[in-house]
Amino acid sequence: MAELKSLRDTYGETIVELGKSNPNIIVLDADLSFSTRTHRFKEAFPNRFFNLGVAEADMMGTAAGLASCGKTVFASTFAVFATGRAWDQVRLGIVYSKLNVKIVASHSGIEVGEDGYSHQAIEDIALMRVLPAMRVIVPCCANQTRAVIRFVAKEKGPFYVRLIKHSLPILYPEDMEFKLGQATTLKQGKDITIGAIGSMVPRTLEAHKILKTKGISAKVIDFASVKPIDEEAIKQACDETRGFITCEDHTTAGGLGDAVAQVILAHHPIPHLRIGIQGIFGESGTSQDLYEKHGLTANHIAEKAEKLLKY
Amino acid sequence: MDDLKQIARETRKDIIQMIELAGSGHPGGSLSCVEIIVALYYKIMRHNPKNPKWPERDRFILSKGHAVPTLYSVLSRKGYFPREWLWKLRKAGNPLQGHPHLLSTPGIEASTGSLGQGLSIANGMALAGKLDNKDYRVYAIIGDGEIGEGAIWEASMSSKRYKLDNLCAILDHNGLQIDGSIQAIKDPYPLKPKWEAFGWEVLEVNGHSFNELLIAFSEAKKIKGKPTMIIANTVKGKGVSFMENDILWHGKAPSHEQAEQAINEIEHS
Repeated sequence: MAELKSLRDTYGETIVELGKSNPNIIVLDADLSFSTRTHRFKEAFPNRFFNLGVAEADMMGTAAGLASCGKTVFASTFAVFATGRAWDQVRLGIVYSKLNVKIVASHSGIEVGEDGYSHQAIEDIALMRVLPAMRVIVPCCANQTRAVIRFVAKEKGPFYVRLIKHSLPILYPEDMEFKLGQATTLKQGKDITIGAIGSMVPRTLEAHKILKTKGISAKVIDFASVKPIDEEAIKQACDETRGFITCEDHTTAGGLGDAVAQVILAHHPIPHLRIGIQGIFGESGTSQDLYEKHGLTANHIAEKAEKLLKY
Repeated sequence: MDDLKQIARETRKDIIQMIELAGSGHPGGSLSCVEIIVALYYKIMRHNPKNPKWPERDRFILSKGHAVPTLYSVLSRKGYFPREWLWKLRKAGNPLQGHPHLLSTPGIEASTGSLGQGLSIANGMALAGKLDNKDYRVYAIIGDGEIGEGAIWEASMSSKRYKLDNLCAILDHNGLQIDGSIQAIKDPYPLKPKWEAFGWEVLEVNGHSFNELLIAFSEAKKIKGKPTMIIANTVKGKGVSFMENDILWHGKAPSHEQAEQAINEIEHS
Protein backbone atom coordinates (compact mmCIF):
# COMPACT_ATOMS: atom_id res chain seq x y z
CA MET A 1 0.00 0.00 0.00
CA ALA A 2 1.34 3.38 -1.01
CA GLU A 3 1.93 6.03 1.63
CA LEU A 4 -1.22 7.96 2.62
CA LYS A 5 -1.10 11.71 2.66
CA SER A 6 -3.61 14.50 3.19
CA LEU A 7 -4.38 16.65 0.17
CA ARG A 8 -5.41 19.60 2.31
CA ASP A 9 -2.19 19.42 4.36
CA THR A 10 -0.34 19.64 1.08
CA TYR A 11 -2.50 22.58 0.00
CA GLY A 12 -1.60 24.46 3.20
CA GLU A 13 2.11 23.70 2.73
CA THR A 14 2.06 24.68 -0.92
CA ILE A 15 0.43 28.08 -0.50
CA VAL A 16 3.03 28.90 2.16
CA GLU A 17 5.80 27.87 -0.24
CA LEU A 18 4.25 30.00 -3.01
CA GLY A 19 3.67 32.90 -0.64
CA LYS A 20 7.39 33.15 0.05
CA SER A 21 8.31 33.94 -3.53
CA ASN A 22 5.11 35.68 -4.59
CA PRO A 23 4.03 38.61 -2.38
CA ASN A 24 0.97 39.02 -4.59
CA ILE A 25 -0.70 35.90 -3.22
CA ILE A 26 -3.58 36.57 -0.84
CA VAL A 27 -5.50 33.85 0.99
CA LEU A 28 -9.09 34.09 2.21
CA ASP A 29 -11.12 31.74 4.36
CA ALA A 30 -14.59 31.70 5.87
CA ASP A 31 -14.05 30.46 9.42
CA LEU A 32 -12.74 27.03 8.45
CA SER A 33 -9.04 27.81 8.20
CA PHE A 34 -7.99 24.92 10.46
CA SER A 35 -9.99 22.46 8.38
CA THR A 36 -8.92 23.80 5.00
CA ARG A 37 -5.33 24.27 6.30
CA THR A 38 -5.18 27.89 5.19
CA HIS A 39 -4.21 28.65 8.83
CA ARG A 40 -0.71 27.63 7.76
CA PHE A 41 -0.64 30.63 5.44
CA LYS A 42 -2.07 32.86 8.15
CA GLU A 43 0.75 31.86 10.49
CA ALA A 44 3.38 32.52 7.82
CA PHE A 45 1.91 35.72 6.33
CA PRO A 46 -0.63 37.23 8.74
CA ASN A 47 -0.94 40.42 6.68
CA ARG A 48 -1.95 38.57 3.54
CA PHE A 49 -4.59 36.36 5.10
CA PHE A 50 -8.16 37.49 5.66
CA ASN A 51 -10.79 35.52 7.53
CA LEU A 52 -14.18 36.76 6.36
CA GLY A 53 -16.05 34.78 8.99
CA VAL A 54 -19.13 32.68 8.35
CA ALA A 55 -19.87 34.64 5.20
CA GLU A 56 -18.94 32.75 2.07
CA ALA A 57 -20.71 35.15 -0.27
CA ASP A 58 -18.75 38.02 1.25
CA MET A 59 -15.53 36.03 0.88
CA MET A 60 -16.09 35.47 -2.85
CA GLY A 61 -16.97 39.13 -3.43
CA THR A 62 -13.90 40.22 -1.51
CA ALA A 63 -11.82 37.81 -3.59
CA ALA A 64 -13.18 39.45 -6.75
CA GLY A 65 -12.27 42.92 -5.49
CA LEU A 66 -8.74 41.90 -4.51
CA ALA A 67 -8.19 40.07 -7.81
CA SER A 68 -9.39 43.06 -9.82
CA CYS A 69 -6.56 45.02 -8.16
CA GLY A 70 -3.97 42.53 -9.38
CA LYS A 71 -3.85 40.02 -6.54
CA THR A 72 -3.74 36.25 -6.97
CA VAL A 73 -6.41 35.14 -4.55
CA PHE A 74 -6.90 31.71 -3.00
CA ALA A 75 -10.34 31.39 -1.38
CA SER A 76 -11.07 28.33 0.72
CA THR A 77 -13.91 26.79 2.67
CA PHE A 78 -15.85 23.51 2.48
CA ALA A 79 -16.85 22.58 -1.06
CA VAL A 80 -20.56 22.69 -0.29
CA PHE A 81 -20.40 26.33 0.83
CA ALA A 82 -17.86 27.52 -1.74
CA THR A 83 -19.96 26.32 -4.65
CA GLY A 84 -23.50 26.30 -3.29
CA ARG A 85 -23.84 29.16 -0.84
CA ALA A 86 -21.65 31.50 -2.85
CA TRP A 87 -22.54 30.39 -6.39
CA ASP A 88 -24.01 33.73 -7.43
CA GLN A 89 -20.88 35.61 -6.31
CA VAL A 90 -18.66 33.08 -8.07
CA ARG A 91 -20.76 33.27 -11.24
CA LEU A 92 -21.20 37.02 -11.58
CA GLY A 93 -18.46 38.57 -9.44
CA ILE A 94 -15.57 36.26 -10.30
CA VAL A 95 -16.12 34.13 -13.39
CA TYR A 96 -17.98 36.65 -15.59
CA SER A 97 -15.02 38.98 -15.07
CA LYS A 98 -12.49 36.11 -15.49
CA LEU A 99 -10.78 37.25 -12.31
CA ASN A 100 -7.71 35.62 -10.87
CA VAL A 101 -9.41 33.72 -8.07
CA LYS A 102 -8.55 30.14 -7.14
CA ILE A 103 -11.32 28.49 -5.17
CA VAL A 104 -9.71 25.58 -3.34
CA ALA A 105 -12.40 23.74 -1.44
CA SER A 106 -12.01 20.87 0.98
CA HIS A 107 -14.45 18.29 2.39
CA SER A 108 -16.10 17.45 -0.92
CA GLY A 109 -18.20 14.37 -1.62
CA ILE A 110 -20.00 11.91 0.66
CA GLU A 111 -16.44 11.08 1.69
CA VAL A 112 -16.90 13.75 4.38
CA GLY A 113 -19.05 11.18 6.16
CA GLU A 114 -20.65 11.68 9.53
CA ASP A 115 -21.72 15.32 9.12
CA GLY A 116 -24.34 14.16 6.64
CA TYR A 117 -25.87 15.69 3.53
CA SER A 118 -25.69 19.32 4.74
CA HIS A 119 -21.90 19.10 4.53
CA GLN A 120 -21.50 16.69 1.63
CA ALA A 121 -20.82 18.53 -1.60
CA ILE A 122 -22.02 16.07 -4.21
CA GLU A 123 -23.14 18.68 -6.75
CA ASP A 124 -20.13 21.00 -6.63
CA ILE A 125 -18.41 19.83 -9.81
CA ALA A 126 -21.66 20.28 -11.73
CA LEU A 127 -22.17 23.77 -10.29
CA MET A 128 -18.68 24.88 -11.29
CA ARG A 129 -18.50 23.02 -14.62
CA VAL A 130 -21.49 24.84 -16.07
CA LEU A 131 -19.85 28.24 -15.67
CA PRO A 132 -18.09 29.55 -18.79
CA ALA A 133 -14.38 30.31 -18.20
CA MET A 134 -14.28 28.23 -15.02
CA ARG A 135 -11.72 25.41 -14.92
CA VAL A 136 -12.34 22.44 -12.61
CA ILE A 137 -9.56 20.27 -11.20
CA VAL A 138 -9.88 17.27 -8.89
CA PRO A 139 -6.51 15.98 -7.64
CA CYS A 140 -6.22 12.38 -6.46
CA CYS A 141 -3.04 12.48 -4.38
CA ALA A 142 -0.94 14.89 -2.36
CA ASN A 143 1.83 15.20 -4.94
CA GLN A 144 -0.69 15.95 -7.65
CA THR A 145 -2.33 18.50 -5.35
CA ARG A 146 0.98 20.31 -4.94
CA ALA A 147 1.48 20.40 -8.70
CA VAL A 148 -2.08 21.63 -9.24
CA ILE A 149 -1.78 24.42 -6.67
CA ARG A 150 1.51 25.58 -8.17
CA PHE A 151 -0.10 25.50 -11.62
CA VAL A 152 -3.22 27.48 -10.76
CA ALA A 153 -1.12 30.08 -8.91
CA LYS A 154 0.65 31.01 -12.12
CA GLU A 155 -2.17 30.47 -14.61
CA LYS A 156 -4.44 33.53 -14.93
CA GLY A 157 -8.17 33.32 -14.36
CA PRO A 158 -10.61 31.41 -12.18
CA PHE A 159 -10.18 27.80 -11.05
CA TYR A 160 -12.11 25.41 -8.84
CA VAL A 161 -9.89 22.84 -7.11
CA ARG A 162 -11.73 20.09 -5.25
CA LEU A 163 -10.07 18.51 -2.22
CA ILE A 164 -11.32 16.01 0.34
CA LYS A 165 -11.22 15.47 4.09
CA HIS A 166 -9.35 12.16 4.31
CA SER A 167 -5.90 11.15 3.10
CA LEU A 168 -5.22 9.31 -0.13
CA PRO A 169 -2.32 7.13 -1.29
CA ILE A 170 0.53 8.83 -3.12
CA LEU A 171 0.25 7.91 -6.81
CA TYR A 172 2.48 10.44 -8.53
CA PRO A 173 6.14 11.38 -8.04
CA GLU A 174 6.95 14.42 -5.96
CA ASP A 175 8.24 16.41 -8.94
CA MET A 176 5.28 15.75 -11.23
CA GLU A 177 4.01 18.56 -13.40
CA PHE A 178 0.30 19.21 -13.83
CA LYS A 179 -1.00 19.75 -17.36
CA LEU A 180 -4.40 21.36 -17.76
CA GLY A 181 -6.74 19.47 -20.07
CA GLN A 182 -4.54 16.40 -20.08
CA ALA A 183 -5.66 13.11 -18.59
CA THR A 184 -3.16 10.55 -17.29
CA THR A 185 -3.36 6.92 -18.29
CA LEU A 186 -2.32 5.07 -15.14
CA LYS A 187 -2.85 1.55 -16.56
CA GLN A 188 -3.01 0.44 -20.15
CA GLY A 189 -5.81 -1.95 -21.09
CA LYS A 190 -7.64 -3.21 -24.16
CA ASP A 191 -11.06 -4.41 -22.99
CA ILE A 192 -12.60 -1.60 -21.00
CA THR A 193 -11.71 1.94 -19.87
CA ILE A 194 -12.27 3.17 -16.35
CA GLY A 195 -11.96 6.92 -15.83
CA ALA A 196 -11.90 8.34 -12.32
CA ILE A 197 -11.23 11.41 -10.24
CA GLY A 198 -10.08 12.13 -6.68
CA SER A 199 -10.81 9.47 -4.10
CA MET A 200 -12.03 7.08 -6.80
CA VAL A 201 -8.67 6.86 -8.58
CA PRO A 202 -6.99 4.53 -6.06
CA ARG A 203 -10.17 2.43 -5.92
CA THR A 204 -10.18 2.17 -9.68
CA LEU A 205 -6.58 0.93 -9.60
CA GLU A 206 -7.71 -1.77 -7.16
CA ALA A 207 -10.54 -2.66 -9.54
CA HIS A 208 -7.96 -2.97 -12.32
CA LYS A 209 -6.18 -5.66 -10.25
CA ILE A 210 -9.40 -7.56 -9.56
CA LEU A 211 -10.32 -7.49 -13.25
CA LYS A 212 -6.86 -8.74 -14.19
CA THR A 213 -7.40 -11.89 -12.13
CA LYS A 214 -10.51 -12.47 -14.23
CA GLY A 215 -8.65 -12.01 -17.46
CA ILE A 216 -10.08 -8.54 -18.18
CA SER A 217 -7.67 -5.85 -19.26
CA ALA A 218 -8.83 -2.46 -17.99
CA LYS A 219 -7.37 0.86 -19.01
CA VAL A 220 -7.35 3.29 -16.08
CA ILE A 221 -7.40 7.05 -16.66
CA ASP A 222 -7.10 9.84 -14.10
CA PHE A 223 -9.24 12.78 -15.25
CA ALA A 224 -7.97 15.33 -12.71
CA SER A 225 -8.65 18.05 -15.27
CA VAL A 226 -12.44 17.68 -15.37
CA LYS A 227 -12.75 20.95 -17.25
CA PRO A 228 -11.23 21.28 -19.74
CA ILE A 229 -11.53 17.53 -20.24
CA ASP A 230 -9.08 15.57 -22.34
CA GLU A 231 -11.26 14.80 -25.37
CA GLU A 232 -8.46 13.03 -27.21
CA ALA A 233 -7.90 10.60 -24.34
CA ILE A 234 -11.63 9.78 -24.33
CA LYS A 235 -11.81 9.34 -28.11
CA GLN A 236 -8.74 7.14 -28.06
CA ALA A 237 -10.18 5.00 -25.27
CA CYS A 238 -13.41 4.63 -27.26
CA ASP A 239 -11.40 3.41 -30.23
CA GLU A 240 -9.28 1.02 -28.20
CA THR A 241 -11.75 -0.50 -25.74
CA ARG A 242 -15.35 -1.74 -25.78
CA GLY A 243 -16.84 0.04 -22.82
CA PHE A 244 -16.32 3.07 -20.59
CA ILE A 245 -16.95 3.46 -16.89
CA THR A 246 -16.59 6.74 -15.01
CA CYS A 247 -16.22 6.83 -11.23
CA GLU A 248 -16.73 9.84 -8.97
CA ASP A 249 -17.77 10.72 -5.44
CA HIS A 250 -20.34 13.14 -6.87
CA THR A 251 -23.80 12.94 -8.35
CA THR A 252 -23.74 11.36 -11.79
CA ALA A 253 -25.65 14.41 -13.07
CA GLY A 254 -23.25 17.06 -14.27
CA GLY A 255 -20.01 15.62 -12.98
CA LEU A 256 -17.18 13.64 -14.57
CA GLY A 257 -19.65 11.09 -15.96
CA ASP A 258 -21.54 13.71 -17.92
CA ALA A 259 -18.36 15.45 -19.05
CA VAL A 260 -17.08 12.17 -20.50
CA ALA A 261 -20.50 11.17 -21.86
CA GLN A 262 -20.70 14.36 -23.92
CA VAL A 263 -17.48 13.45 -25.71
CA ILE A 264 -18.39 9.78 -26.14
CA LEU A 265 -21.79 10.63 -27.64
CA ALA A 266 -20.38 13.17 -30.04
CA HIS A 267 -17.50 11.02 -31.20
CA HIS A 268 -17.92 7.31 -30.99
CA PRO A 269 -20.75 5.94 -28.87
CA ILE A 270 -19.75 2.89 -26.88
CA PRO A 271 -21.52 1.57 -23.78
CA HIS A 272 -20.84 3.97 -20.91
CA LEU A 273 -21.76 3.48 -17.27
CA ARG A 274 -21.54 6.26 -14.73
CA ILE A 275 -20.64 5.18 -11.21
CA GLY A 276 -21.38 7.86 -8.65
CA ILE A 277 -24.25 9.05 -6.53
CA GLN A 278 -27.40 8.22 -8.43
CA GLY A 279 -29.68 11.18 -7.86
CA ILE A 280 -30.21 10.62 -4.13
CA PHE A 281 -29.24 12.60 -1.06
CA GLY A 282 -26.22 11.88 1.10
CA GLU A 283 -26.58 10.83 4.75
CA SER A 284 -24.50 10.38 7.89
CA GLY A 285 -22.13 7.44 8.16
CA THR A 286 -18.48 6.55 7.89
CA SER A 287 -16.90 7.19 4.50
CA GLN A 288 -16.44 3.47 4.12
CA ASP A 289 -20.07 2.61 4.84
CA LEU A 290 -21.30 5.33 2.50
CA TYR A 291 -18.93 4.25 -0.27
CA GLU A 292 -20.26 0.69 0.12
CA LYS A 293 -23.84 1.93 -0.09
CA HIS A 294 -23.23 3.95 -3.25
CA GLY A 295 -21.05 1.36 -4.92
CA LEU A 296 -17.92 3.48 -4.80
CA THR A 297 -15.68 0.47 -4.13
CA ALA A 298 -13.14 -1.53 -6.12
CA ASN A 299 -15.29 -4.65 -6.00
CA HIS A 300 -18.36 -2.85 -7.27
CA ILE A 301 -16.42 -1.14 -10.07
CA ALA A 302 -14.96 -4.50 -11.15
CA GLU A 303 -18.38 -6.14 -11.04
CA LYS A 304 -19.91 -3.40 -13.19
CA ALA A 305 -17.02 -3.56 -15.64
CA GLU A 306 -17.53 -7.27 -16.11
CA LYS A 307 -21.27 -6.77 -16.67
CA LEU A 308 -20.75 -3.91 -19.11
CA LEU A 309 -18.49 -6.04 -21.29
CA LYS A 310 -21.25 -8.67 -21.53
CA TYR A 311 -23.73 -5.99 -22.55
CA MET B 1 -22.38 74.32 -9.16
CA ASP B 2 -24.43 75.55 -12.13
CA ASP B 3 -22.15 73.50 -14.35
CA LEU B 4 -22.83 70.38 -12.32
CA LYS B 5 -26.56 71.03 -12.48
CA GLN B 6 -26.34 71.33 -16.25
CA ILE B 7 -24.34 68.08 -16.45
CA ALA B 8 -27.01 66.40 -14.31
CA ARG B 9 -29.68 67.62 -16.74
CA GLU B 10 -27.71 66.26 -19.71
CA THR B 11 -27.21 62.96 -17.91
CA ARG B 12 -30.93 62.67 -17.23
CA LYS B 13 -31.68 63.31 -20.90
CA ASP B 14 -29.19 60.60 -21.88
CA ILE B 15 -30.82 58.15 -19.47
CA ILE B 16 -34.29 58.74 -20.93
CA GLN B 17 -33.05 58.50 -24.51
CA MET B 18 -30.97 55.39 -23.87
CA ILE B 19 -33.80 53.55 -22.19
CA GLU B 20 -36.34 54.66 -24.78
CA LEU B 21 -34.11 53.38 -27.60
CA ALA B 22 -33.29 50.18 -25.72
CA GLY B 23 -37.00 49.54 -25.17
CA SER B 24 -36.25 48.33 -21.64
CA GLY B 25 -34.27 49.38 -18.58
CA HIS B 26 -34.60 51.03 -15.21
CA PRO B 27 -35.31 54.77 -15.33
CA GLY B 28 -36.49 55.25 -11.72
CA GLY B 29 -33.34 54.12 -9.91
CA SER B 30 -31.09 55.59 -12.61
CA LEU B 31 -32.59 59.05 -12.18
CA SER B 32 -32.31 58.91 -8.38
CA CYS B 33 -28.51 58.55 -8.35
CA VAL B 34 -27.59 61.10 -11.06
CA GLU B 35 -26.17 63.77 -8.72
CA ILE B 36 -24.19 61.19 -6.74
CA ILE B 37 -22.42 59.78 -9.81
CA VAL B 38 -21.92 63.18 -11.44
CA ALA B 39 -20.42 64.59 -8.23
CA LEU B 40 -18.04 61.64 -7.93
CA TYR B 41 -16.76 61.65 -11.52
CA TYR B 42 -16.66 65.45 -11.99
CA LYS B 43 -15.47 66.65 -8.59
CA ILE B 44 -14.36 63.90 -6.25
CA MET B 45 -12.71 60.94 -7.88
CA ARG B 46 -9.16 60.72 -9.15
CA HIS B 47 -9.45 58.97 -12.51
CA ASN B 48 -8.16 59.10 -16.04
CA PRO B 49 -10.47 58.22 -18.95
CA LYS B 50 -7.43 57.79 -21.21
CA ASN B 51 -6.06 55.17 -18.84
CA PRO B 52 -9.04 53.38 -17.28
CA LYS B 53 -6.76 50.83 -15.57
CA TRP B 54 -4.45 53.45 -14.01
CA PRO B 55 -3.40 51.69 -10.76
CA GLU B 56 -3.67 54.88 -8.67
CA ARG B 57 -7.27 55.63 -9.68
CA ASP B 58 -10.16 55.80 -7.26
CA ARG B 59 -12.58 52.93 -7.81
CA PHE B 60 -16.34 53.18 -8.28
CA ILE B 61 -18.67 50.20 -7.89
CA LEU B 62 -22.31 50.42 -8.90
CA SER B 63 -23.68 47.67 -6.69
CA LYS B 64 -27.23 48.56 -7.76
CA GLY B 65 -26.22 47.63 -11.28
CA HIS B 66 -29.62 48.32 -12.85
CA ALA B 67 -28.85 52.06 -12.58
CA VAL B 68 -26.01 51.64 -15.07
CA PRO B 69 -27.47 54.02 -17.70
CA THR B 70 -26.44 56.86 -15.37
CA LEU B 71 -22.90 55.53 -15.15
CA TYR B 72 -22.68 54.89 -18.90
CA SER B 73 -23.79 58.45 -19.60
CA VAL B 74 -21.18 59.90 -17.27
CA LEU B 75 -18.40 57.59 -18.49
CA SER B 76 -19.10 58.47 -22.12
CA ARG B 77 -19.19 62.22 -21.38
CA LYS B 78 -15.88 61.81 -19.58
CA GLY B 79 -14.42 60.13 -22.67
CA TYR B 80 -14.20 56.49 -21.64
CA PHE B 81 -16.01 55.43 -24.82
CA PRO B 82 -17.89 57.00 -27.76
CA ARG B 83 -21.30 58.49 -27.13
CA GLU B 84 -22.74 56.48 -30.01
CA TRP B 85 -22.52 53.41 -27.78
CA LEU B 86 -25.20 54.90 -25.53
CA TRP B 87 -27.84 54.63 -28.22
CA LYS B 88 -27.29 50.90 -28.59
CA LEU B 89 -27.62 50.08 -24.89
CA ARG B 90 -28.82 46.50 -24.38
CA LYS B 91 -28.48 45.66 -28.10
CA ALA B 92 -26.66 42.49 -29.18
CA GLY B 93 -23.05 43.16 -30.01
CA ASN B 94 -22.85 46.52 -28.25
CA PRO B 95 -20.37 46.78 -25.35
CA LEU B 96 -23.01 48.34 -23.08
CA GLN B 97 -24.66 45.44 -21.31
CA GLY B 98 -27.97 45.79 -19.47
CA HIS B 99 -26.01 45.57 -16.23
CA PRO B 100 -22.32 46.45 -15.67
CA HIS B 101 -19.72 44.01 -17.00
CA LEU B 102 -16.06 44.52 -16.16
CA LEU B 103 -14.77 43.05 -19.40
CA SER B 104 -17.22 44.66 -21.82
CA THR B 105 -17.00 48.36 -21.04
CA PRO B 106 -14.03 50.67 -20.30
CA GLY B 107 -14.43 52.32 -16.91
CA ILE B 108 -16.59 49.60 -15.39
CA GLU B 109 -14.82 48.24 -12.30
CA ALA B 110 -16.97 45.22 -11.40
CA SER B 111 -19.66 42.98 -12.82
CA THR B 112 -22.84 43.59 -10.86
CA GLY B 113 -26.58 43.41 -11.32
CA SER B 114 -27.36 40.53 -9.03
CA LEU B 115 -27.94 42.65 -5.95
CA GLY B 116 -25.89 42.45 -2.79
CA GLN B 117 -22.49 41.77 -4.33
CA GLY B 118 -20.87 45.17 -4.80
CA LEU B 119 -19.99 46.03 -1.22
CA SER B 120 -17.85 42.89 -0.80
CA ILE B 121 -16.07 43.69 -4.07
CA ALA B 122 -15.47 47.24 -2.86
CA ASN B 123 -14.04 45.82 0.38
CA GLY B 124 -11.62 43.68 -1.63
CA MET B 125 -10.44 46.72 -3.57
CA ALA B 126 -10.05 48.74 -0.38
CA LEU B 127 -8.07 45.91 1.23
CA ALA B 128 -5.81 45.73 -1.83
CA GLY B 129 -5.21 49.47 -1.56
CA LYS B 130 -4.15 49.10 2.06
CA LEU B 131 -1.91 46.12 1.28
CA ASP B 132 -0.18 48.04 -1.50
CA ASN B 133 0.07 51.29 0.51
CA LYS B 134 -1.86 53.12 -2.17
CA ASP B 135 -3.98 56.11 -1.29
CA TYR B 136 -6.80 55.53 -3.75
CA ARG B 137 -10.35 55.54 -2.41
CA VAL B 138 -13.20 53.17 -3.20
CA TYR B 139 -16.78 54.37 -3.71
CA ALA B 140 -19.81 52.10 -3.92
CA ILE B 141 -23.47 52.94 -4.45
CA ILE B 142 -25.92 50.47 -2.99
CA GLY B 143 -29.68 50.59 -3.28
CA ASP B 144 -32.06 50.85 -0.36
CA GLY B 145 -34.01 47.84 -1.63
CA GLU B 146 -30.68 46.08 -2.11
CA ILE B 147 -29.93 46.12 1.60
CA GLY B 148 -32.52 43.37 1.93
CA GLU B 149 -29.72 41.14 0.67
CA GLY B 150 -27.92 39.51 3.59
CA ALA B 151 -24.60 39.71 1.75
CA ILE B 152 -24.65 43.49 2.21
CA TRP B 153 -24.57 43.01 5.97
CA GLU B 154 -21.89 40.33 5.70
CA ALA B 155 -19.83 42.86 3.80
CA SER B 156 -20.65 45.71 6.17
CA MET B 157 -19.08 43.77 9.04
CA SER B 158 -15.91 43.11 7.02
CA SER B 159 -15.61 46.83 6.15
CA LYS B 160 -15.66 47.59 9.85
CA ARG B 161 -13.46 44.65 10.91
CA TYR B 162 -10.73 45.72 8.50
CA LYS B 163 -11.14 49.43 9.31
CA LEU B 164 -11.64 50.34 5.67
CA ASP B 165 -11.50 54.11 5.96
CA ASN B 166 -10.57 54.24 2.27
CA LEU B 167 -14.11 53.04 1.51
CA CYS B 168 -17.10 55.34 1.15
CA ALA B 169 -20.46 53.76 0.39
CA ILE B 170 -23.50 55.71 -0.66
CA LEU B 171 -27.00 54.42 0.05
CA ASP B 172 -29.37 55.63 -2.66
CA HIS B 173 -32.35 56.06 -0.37
CA ASN B 174 -35.22 56.63 -2.75
CA GLY B 175 -37.60 54.63 -0.56
CA LEU B 176 -38.95 52.35 -3.26
CA GLN B 177 -38.16 48.90 -4.59
CA ILE B 178 -39.82 46.98 -7.43
CA ASP B 179 -42.89 45.80 -5.57
CA GLY B 180 -43.54 48.78 -3.30
CA SER B 181 -42.02 50.96 -0.60
CA ILE B 182 -39.01 49.56 1.20
CA GLN B 183 -40.91 49.99 4.44
CA ALA B 184 -43.86 47.96 3.21
CA ILE B 185 -41.72 45.17 1.72
CA LYS B 186 -38.96 44.46 4.23
CA ASP B 187 -38.70 47.53 6.44
CA PRO B 188 -34.96 48.18 6.78
CA TYR B 189 -35.54 51.19 9.03
CA PRO B 190 -34.05 52.83 10.99
CA LEU B 191 -31.18 53.24 8.54
CA LYS B 192 -28.75 55.52 10.33
CA PRO B 193 -28.68 53.70 13.69
CA LYS B 194 -28.43 50.39 11.88
CA TRP B 195 -25.29 51.35 9.93
CA GLU B 196 -23.86 53.03 13.02
CA ALA B 197 -24.45 49.85 15.01
CA PHE B 198 -22.52 47.99 12.32
CA GLY B 199 -19.56 50.25 13.01
CA TRP B 200 -19.82 52.77 10.18
CA GLU B 201 -19.55 56.53 10.28
CA VAL B 202 -22.90 57.66 8.87
CA LEU B 203 -23.62 60.95 7.13
CA GLU B 204 -27.04 61.88 5.82
CA VAL B 205 -27.59 64.25 2.90
CA ASN B 206 -30.06 65.37 0.29
CA GLY B 207 -28.88 63.14 -2.55
CA HIS B 208 -29.91 65.71 -5.16
CA SER B 209 -27.93 68.55 -3.60
CA PHE B 210 -24.44 68.84 -5.07
CA ASN B 211 -23.52 71.12 -2.22
CA GLU B 212 -24.44 68.58 0.45
CA LEU B 213 -22.92 65.66 -1.48
CA LEU B 214 -19.59 67.41 -2.01
CA ILE B 215 -19.35 68.35 1.65
CA ALA B 216 -20.16 64.77 2.69
CA PHE B 217 -17.58 63.27 0.32
CA SER B 218 -14.88 65.56 1.68
CA GLU B 219 -15.99 64.83 5.28
CA ALA B 220 -15.73 61.12 4.54
CA LYS B 221 -12.09 61.53 3.47
CA LYS B 222 -11.28 62.76 6.96
CA ILE B 223 -12.86 59.81 8.79
CA LYS B 224 -10.12 57.45 10.00
CA GLY B 225 -10.33 53.88 11.25
CA LYS B 226 -13.76 53.05 9.87
CA PRO B 227 -15.77 53.10 6.67
CA THR B 228 -18.25 55.86 5.86
CA MET B 229 -21.83 55.44 4.71
CA ILE B 230 -23.51 58.42 3.12
CA ILE B 231 -27.26 58.00 3.25
CA ALA B 232 -28.40 60.00 0.25
CA ASN B 233 -32.09 60.82 0.47
CA THR B 234 -33.32 60.80 -3.10
CA VAL B 235 -36.45 60.66 -5.21
CA LYS B 236 -36.98 57.70 -7.49
CA GLY B 237 -37.53 58.96 -11.03
CA LYS B 238 -36.18 62.41 -10.04
CA GLY B 239 -36.65 65.10 -12.67
CA VAL B 240 -39.53 63.54 -14.60
CA SER B 241 -42.88 64.40 -13.01
CA PHE B 242 -44.76 61.28 -14.06
CA MET B 243 -41.91 58.96 -13.02
CA GLU B 244 -41.23 60.46 -9.61
CA ASN B 245 -42.07 58.22 -6.64
CA ASP B 246 -43.85 55.69 -8.83
CA ILE B 247 -42.80 52.04 -8.66
CA LEU B 248 -44.21 51.46 -12.14
CA TRP B 249 -41.14 53.27 -13.47
CA HIS B 250 -38.65 51.01 -11.71
CA GLY B 251 -38.11 48.89 -14.77
CA LYS B 252 -40.07 50.24 -17.72
CA ALA B 253 -39.03 52.10 -20.85
CA PRO B 254 -40.86 55.28 -21.82
CA SER B 255 -42.71 55.46 -25.13
CA HIS B 256 -41.46 58.04 -27.66
CA GLU B 257 -44.08 60.55 -26.53
CA GLN B 258 -43.31 59.97 -22.87
CA ALA B 259 -39.59 60.35 -23.57
CA GLU B 260 -40.22 63.66 -25.35
CA GLN B 261 -42.26 64.94 -22.45
CA ALA B 262 -39.60 63.78 -19.98
CA ILE B 263 -36.80 65.51 -21.89
CA ASN B 264 -38.87 68.67 -22.17
CA GLU B 265 -39.38 68.67 -18.40
CA ILE B 266 -35.70 68.04 -17.74
CA GLU B 267 -34.62 70.85 -20.08
CA HIS B 268 -36.92 73.31 -18.36
CA SER B 269 -36.01 72.27 -14.81
